[in-house]
Amino acid sequence: MQNAVLRMRGIYKSFPGVRALQNVDFRLCEGEIHALMGENGAGKSTLIKVLTGVYVKESGEINLKGLDKPVTIKSPQEAQKLGISTVYQEITLCPNLTVAENMFIGRTDELIVNWKKRIEKTNVILSSLGIPAKATQQLSSCSIAVQQMVAIARAVDMECKVLILDEPTSSLDDQEVSKLFSLMRDLRDRGVGIIFVTHFLDQVYEVCDKITVLRNGELVGEYLIRDLPRVELVSKMLGKELGDLSSLHNETACDIARQQEIVIEANELSSDSGIKPFNFKTCKGEVTGFAGLLGSGRSECVRAIFGADHVTGGEIKIHGESVRITSPLKAMKKGIGYLSEDRKRDGIIGDLSVRENMILALQVMRGFFKPFSKAQAQAFADEYIKILGIKTASADTPISSLSGGNQQKVILARWLLTHPDYLILDEPTRGIDIGTKVDIQKLVLKLAEEGMSITFISSEIEEMLRTCSRLIVMRDLNIVGEIKGEDMTQDRIMHTIAGGATTHGDS
Amino acid sequence: MATHDNTINHARSASIIRSIVKHNIFIPCAFLILLLLINIFINPGFLKVSMGTDSNGHPVLIGNLINILSNATELVILAIGMTLVTASSKGQDISVGATLAISGGVVMRVLCGNETQPSSLHAPIIVALLLGCLAGMACGAFNGILVSRFKIQPMIATLILFTAGRSIASMAMGGLKPKAVSSFGYYGNFIPGFPIPTPILITVLVIIITMLVLKFTNLGLYTRAVGVNAKASSLNGLNPSLIKFLTFVVLGLCVGIAGFVQSSRVQTVNPFTIVPSIEMDVILAVALGGNSLGGGKFNMTGSIIGAYTIQTLTSMLMTLNVNTNAVPVFKAAIIVILVVIQAPIVKAFFSALMADLKSKNNRGKGDDTYVVVE
Repeated sequence: MQNAVLRMRGIYKSFPGVRALQNVDFRLCEGEIHALMGENGAGKSTLIKVLTGVYVKESGEINLKGLDKPVTIKSPQEAQKLGISTVYQEITLCPNLTVAENMFIGRTDELIVNWKKRIEKTNVILSSLGIPAKATQQLSSCSIAVQQMVAIARAVDMECKVLILDEPTSSLDDQEVSKLFSLMRDLRDRGVGIIFVTHFLDQVYEVCDKITVLRNGELVGEYLIRDLPRVELVSKMLGKELGDLSSLHNETACDIARQQEIVIEANELSSDSGIKPFNFKTCKGEVTGFAGLLGSGRSECVRAIFGADHVTGGEIKIHGESVRITSPLKAMKKGIGYLSEDRKRDGIIGDLSVRENMILALQVMRGFFKPFSKAQAQAFADEYIKILGIKTASADTPISSLSGGNQQKVILARWLLTHPDYLILDEPTRGIDIGTKVDIQKLVLKLAEEGMSITFISSEIEEMLRTCSRLIVMRDLNIVGEIKGEDMTQDRIMHTIAGGATTHGDS
Repeated sequence: MATHDNTINHARSASIIRSIVKHNIFIPCAFLILLLLINIFINPGFLKVSMGTDSNGHPVLIGNLINILSNATELVILAIGMTLVTASSKGQDISVGATLAISGGVVMRVLCGNETQPSSLHAPIIVALLLGCLAGMACGAFNGILVSRFKIQPMIATLILFTAGRSIASMAMGGLKPKAVSSFGYYGNFIPGFPIPTPILITVLVIIITMLVLKFTNLGLYTRAVGVNAKASSLNGLNPSLIKFLTFVVLGLCVGIAGFVQSSRVQTVNPFTIVPSIEMDVILAVALGGNSLGGGKFNMTGSIIGAYTIQTLTSMLMTLNVNTNAVPVFKAAIIVILVVIQAPIVKAFFSALMADLKSKNNRGKGDDTYVVVE
């Protein structure tokens, strides 16, 4: 038996009306990467927050290696002192400071600071962990991945025994993820216990040693990675056998020919985001996808169509008629909906209620002097809460208190309410649980069948293969290819994304 | 069976109490009531309203309560506008006192022309009111453009008119300090023969119009949406800059109305002493109403109650014969208490305390409110 660095036993935590954690046990050993899995609302975040002192547990015991007494963790600072460090999905460092300043901020009582020494020390740590950053560089000038690595380096330097990575990969591209993983493996080999929270199954199987599954605030079990095939993991997370995940497929793919009605056509469209002029068209009931790495111009294309960026050239035709779209409102009135990429920043209006968030787009289209009555708005909210199965205490609940997946469903409802002819979904499934992912994918196929044209953008190629009938591949702000029908395979897409060089090997 | 019903009734009344306590205007209301109670304790006749006569023999209502309601007019009207500005721009307009002097000055100039003691008004009062409001809205538009178009922080942007406003008002009045004929005083005092002070009527009218506007337009929803998340709002077809600009113009309109009432009270305007540091009282009213000064959601009723609370406090200190120079100290002391009680951290402490008490109670009774899913 390995040396356990952390043991949590019989943890209980509840919020008004909800038992968030019931009798949960968790054990982390030295030198392992341990995935904490579960759907949204399963209790992962609550468990992490109990461990990091954000929440105080109601009962149960937390034991740390080297301490003979159970510990009570009352604040994140205390957790840090005990050697528990967390790196969140959102960078919690200060982007306006340098890397070295971030490494040492809030960690010392020294009155006089020897910056030269610190910068040297930082450079040593960075190079020993293979992080491509300089100590004197301003943090915001590093990529998100490097910023995350700096956060990890900081944790490592504080001699953490338990490192929690909460969804660290959701805004990284593949290369960055693999860099992060080699850093994680390196730390594991040094004996750090790592808790890895993610929604990406691939990543779990790539990097983890053990999995603990939670469901509805209860422990389902702890498994060695080799004992738990993917399908079983999913079924354990959902609490049921999952037959339909793999069977989902876009069957309208072959039917495009019979639906020749072109809904949207963009000619040489460009915007101030730097996107190269591009052409795009989509037919009624077609699901198109933009594939490419982060920053390849996927979002910039659809943002130009929606008028979210300032359009600098080209034209858009809707149902064959040339239109000028200069603002989102004009696009909305022409029947375009856009679910934006970054849910927290560009999607939800945090403090407003689920109901207000839902009706917002439709309300804006209807006009300033025609507010919906509360009863009308409530009726819309009730309808879509039911249709999409949104889990919320009521329509009056602030959207920020919902789980990620449910927030996304509310935003989806917002756009469905406007009954668009053409709906753009930019990363609708990022950071949300598998159940909701499948729900959204099914919904996309159903809407397309009913005649809506949809553009679906996702970082997960599998997901795009499942939902789209045609993929537009982008690289460096250019469209570099279009793949449909038989050609739509993961290999082919990867090669197109990577470009000519990799198709012919390393030559 | 009877005990069972009892428990249900008990639970129901408990939940009603809880929903009242949780309601977002509970704390502002509680403050106001507490202040009134203290006043009654000090002066048992505090609430008494009686019918008297003014110097011209017309019937008028007299009483502390009437004074507070009447004197709070400018504060209430300004708080309404300030609430919207705070929500949309995440900042405050500190120039309202100075711009009020400008619109008051414009009113006086229109009514008196270049005379210091005109025997009759130079223009119909409605024209003076409209031009006063226009002046206020122009100042609001100036602030609004700086904030929404040039993205200057509201406090810095409005610092400009805060600094220059009172001098501009003096220039607008041609350097004179005219006194208008007494018929202009009807709007700040009484209409002969009608016993309720006119400012109270104006306040009621403004409050009603505000509530109607909030109900029948999307001003409230748009303002909150932009205040909470301007980026997401713009992707929903809103124009955040325009909405911020509009809230400043609305505040300007409020300034215009308040300036009109204020100048009518004494039928003259001294631009350098009119409504001294009212901007701080207005901002406090908004804060006391339970609004975050960081913008986003707003609570209009709370702000209005907050304005009355501050006026009650001021009047209370006056009636207690506190030395005028010492009034700010007492005011500050009481406001510290009010603000601290409303601070989220203190609220969280109390709700945790309540939950603790409740769970102890429940454990005593042996019933568990949670359903444990097996």
